[in-house]
Amino acid sequence: MLSRSHLKSLEGIIMRLEPKPAPSLALTLLFPVAAIVATLLITSLLVLAAGASPLSVFYLVAKGAAGSQFALLETLTRATPLIFTGLAVAVAFRAKLWNIGAEAQLYVGGIVTVVLGTGALPLPSIVLIPVIMLVAMIAGGLLLLGPAALKTRFGVDEVVTTLLLNFIVLLFVSMLLEGVLKDPMGLGWPQSQKVIAEAQLPRIIQGKRLHYGFVIALVSAIVVWVIMKKAVLGYEMRAVGHNPEGARFVGIPVNRVLMKTALLSGGLAALAGFSEVSGLKGNLTLDLSPGYGYSGIVVAMLAMLNPLGVIASAIFVAGIFVGADAMSRTAKVPSYIADVMVATSLLTMVVAILLTRFKVRWR
Amino acid sequence: MDALEILFTASFWVAAIRIASPLIFATMGELICERAGVLNLGIEGIMTAGAFAGWFTVYAGGDLWTGVLVAALAGAMFGLLHATLTVPLGLSQHVVGIGVTLLATSLTYFIYRLALPEVTSPPKIEPFQPLPIPGLSKVPVLGEALFSQTPLTYLAFLTVAVVAWVLYRTPVGLAVRAAGENPSAVEAQGISVTAIRMGAVMVGSALMAVGGAFLTMSAFNSFFFEMINGRGWICIALVVFGSWRPGKALIGAILFAAFDAYQVRLQQMSGGIVPYQVFLMMPYALSILALILVARRATYPKALMIPYQKGER
Repeated sequence: MLSRSHLKSLEGIIMRLEPKPAPSLALTLLFPVAAIVATLLITSLLVLAAGASPLSVFYLVAKGAAGSQFALLETLTRATPLIFTGLAVAVAFRAKLWNIGAEAQLYVGGIVTVVLGTGALPLPSIVLIPVIMLVAMIAGGLLLLGPAALKTRFGVDEVVTTLLLNFIVLLFVSMLLEGVLKDPMGLGWPQSQKVIAEAQLPRIIQGKRLHYGFVIALVSAIVVWVIMKKAVLGYEMRAVGHNPEGARFVGIPVNRVLMKTALLSGGLAALAGFSEVSGLKGNLTLDLSPGYGYSGIVVAMLAMLNPLGVIASAIFVAGIFVGADAMSRTAKVPSYIADVMVATSLLTMVVAILLTRFKVRWR
Repeated sequence: MDALEILFTASFWVAAIRIASPLIFATMGELICERAGVLNLGIEGIMTAGAFAGWFTVYAGGDLWTGVLVAALAGAMFGLLHATLTVPLGLSQHVVGIGVTLLATSLTYFIYRLALPEVTSPPKIEPFQPLPIPGLSKVPVLGEALFSQTPLTYLAFLTVAVVAWVLYRTPVGLAVRAAGENPSAVEAQGISVTAIRMGAVMVGSALMAVGGAFLTMSAFNSFFFEMINGRGWICIALVVFGSWRPGKALIGAILFAAFDAYQVRLQQMSGGIVPYQVFLMMPYALSILALILVARRATYPKALMIPYQKGER
C-alpha cells in the first residue's frame, strides 16, 4: 500500500508526466463537439448516397431521440447499459489495460442475474438485488482478471484475449440457454426463465420502460469519478497508464494496480448485463446486447475517459441508435447509419484530441 | 469411422486447406503490418468489407477476379485510413484499429441494406470452382488436399511465398522489417518510415480483405452478417504464434484449420453428448492457448505499436 509521502511524490510524477495544463471546461467540451460536427459532415455523404437530404434525416434522428417524452425515456433506457460499459472501458483504458471484452463481461453479469434471480435465493428485494449486483461484479471482474494476469505474467496482449473471450462467452451463454438455464416454457426459443419479482429493478415511471438501472448507472459514474479523482487507486491507475516504468520506479505495484483495474472494469461491464436483465428484459437471451460492449469503447473515448462525461456521451450514443431506428421507419436510409456515425465519431474524436495536443506543442 | 482415421482421409485435409485459405491471406496481411511496426486491429472489419465487396462485385455482374481486385482495393482504402491516423498522426493503434473495425463493419452493413433493401436471404453468386492440377491432384491424400482446391487457395499459398521473398530477399522487405525494429535506422538511410509503414498497412489490409472475399467467393457463395466471426482476431493470434515469420505463420494457419475441421467432425461423431457449443469454442480457446504457449519466447518487432516521429528517438 502507499503511504502519504508516496502519494506526494506520486503527485509530483504525475504533474511532470502531464506537461499541458488541464484544459478549461469550455475547451474540454469543444473536442467532442468538433468530433460530432465532423462526424455529421462525413456521414451526410452516406445519407446523400442513400438519396435523402442530410438535414431532414439528422432532424428525424434528433426528433426520434429526444422529440417527445417517449423518445427521451427510450434514449435514457438505451443509455443505461452504455453508461456501465463506457465506465468499464474508461477505467481500463485509463490504466492502458485494453479491455475490449466488455461484451463478454456484460453477458456474465446477465448469467449471474438469472442464476441467482430466478428463485434460487428466496430473499427480499432489498437484500437480493445488492447480492446479485455484488456477485455479478465479482464474476465480471474475474473474467477480465484472466486476460490481465496473462498480460502481466506472460506478456500476452489482452486485446486479443478479451476479444476472443467475447466469442467464447457468447457460445457459453448459448450452451446454458439450451441446457441448464433453458426456460421449459420457452417454446424451444433459447431463453432463460424470467427473474422473480424480488430480483427486478422497479420502473422509474409506472408503465414506462426506464428503470432504476439508470439511477444505479448514474451513481456508479459518480463513484468511479471519485475513485479516479480522489482515491489512491485512481492516482495509481493513471500513473500506470501514463508511464508504467515511472510508476514502478516510485514504488507503485504496477501489476497489482492492473489487477484491481481489471476487477473494477469487468465488474462495471457486468452491471450492464445485470441491469438489462433485472430492469428491462427480465430474462437472458442471446441478443441481450446489440454490441453494448463495443459501443462502450466509443462512449468512453467521446468522454475522454472522464467518468462523468461517460453519462453525457452514453446518452448521445444511445440517442443516435434510438433516433436512427425511428428515422429509418419514415426515411429510406438504413438504420445502420447509426453504427456508422458512432464508429466515425470514435475516429474523429481521437483526431480532435490530437489536434489540441499539437496546439500545446507549438505554443 | 474412428476418431483417428479421420486424420488420414483426403476429404478432411481438403477441408482443412480450404478453412486455412482465408486465414492465410489475412495472417499474411497482419504480419506485413506488424513487421512494419503497426498493429492492425482493423482486420476483423476489413475482412468483412472485403467479403462484401468481392461478393457484391460479382453479384452486380463483374467477373470473379474483378471481385477479388475490388475487395483488395476496398481493403487498401481502409488500410489508408488506418495508416493515416496511426502513422503520421501517431494515434493509438488500439483505439484506431477498433474504430476501423467498427467503421468497416457498419459501413458494409449500411451499404448492403442500401443496395439490397428488399431481400430477406442474401442472393447467391457462382463462386470459384475447384481447379484440380493435372497429375498432382491424383497423389493420394496430400496431393488431393493441396491440388484440388480453388484458384484462390493457390493464390493464398503463392502469397506466402511472395511475402517471404519480399520480406527477406528484397530491399523493400529489408526496409519494412527495419521500420518495425529500428525506424531511425531506416530514416538514416534516407528512406521515409512513414511511407514504408503506410505502404505496408495498405498492402496488408488489401490481403485481409482478400481473405474475407475468399469466404464469399470460394468457401461459400453468399454474404452473411457476422460471417467473419472472429477470424480476424484469430489471425492476430496466428501472427504471434508464427513468430512474425511467413512460413511459421502458414504452418500455424494450417494446423489451426486442421483442428477446426477436426472439431467439426468430432462434433458429428459425438452424437450430441457434448454440447455443440463446446466444439465451436475450441478455435477461440485454442488461439488463446497458442498465445500463452509462445508468449515467453515471443520476440515482438521492437518498434511494434510505437509511433515514429521524424527527428525524435
